[in-house]
Amino acid sequence: MTVRIQTADFDVSAEIAALRRGRPAIGAVASFIGVVRDVNEGSKVAGMTLEHYPGMTEKAIEEIVSQAQARWSALDTLVIHRVGRLNPADQIVLVVVASAHRGDAFAACEFIMDYLKTRAPFWKKEETGGGTRWVEARESDDIAAGRWRLKG
Amino acid sequence: MITVLYFARLREGLGRGQEQLALPAAVRDVEGVRALLRARGGQWQQELAPGTAVRAAVNQAVAAGDTPVADGDEVAFFPPVTGG
Repeated sequence: MTVRIQTADFDVSAEIAALRRGRPAIGAVASFIGVVRDVNEGSKVAGMTLEHYPGMTEKAIEEIVSQAQARWSALDTLVIHRVGRLNPADQIVLVVVASAHRGDAFAACEFIMDYLKTRAPFWKKEETGGGTRWVEARESDDIAAGRWRLKG
Repeated sequence: MITVLYFARLREGLGRGQEQLALPAAVRDVEGVRALLRARGGQWQQELAPGTAVRAAVNQAVAAGDTPVADGDEVAFFPPVTGG
């Protein structure tokens, strides 16, 4: 498991190649990339700044990845999340899950993203024509994370 | 003493990101710390008012109102998260 919080951009292809190197048991790699949109809540977004809670952020993501690894068979997992100022079309987050078969990789990747959205301590502040505003949490994100709750 | 951290909208609204706070003997949990801060009035009363969406962590783990707080702990208050 690798978790990195950084201001720099990331190269998806290079990251996946590094994760796969020397691991012939890997048969499936699922990845998710989150990107800055130029519109949110009906306003044009010129950019945003991502703040986080150093220390807790890493622990929270490691805990989420551990939960995913307990539920699905993942051979390796990588999460990179950027902080600081970002422009529209910039990459924000990368989640990569490598497994023997696609089912585990797809499910674990989506689970990690859904939990990261509701549990990892990041906050976005957007720049719009009317000034800056903190992005409000979405109920739909709580619902998305809630889908993964184990029944019984 | 405990360390109290504030993030994002709360950090801006309260005008600080961090402080050291003497923990009165009667304050034993997260809700107690929040009430102690709220008693400062003004922005503190407003930002930490009951019913406002404020999340908390103790020693960098997500906490509830009744999560215990003891001397030496790091307590953080912040809005619901919006990463990803």
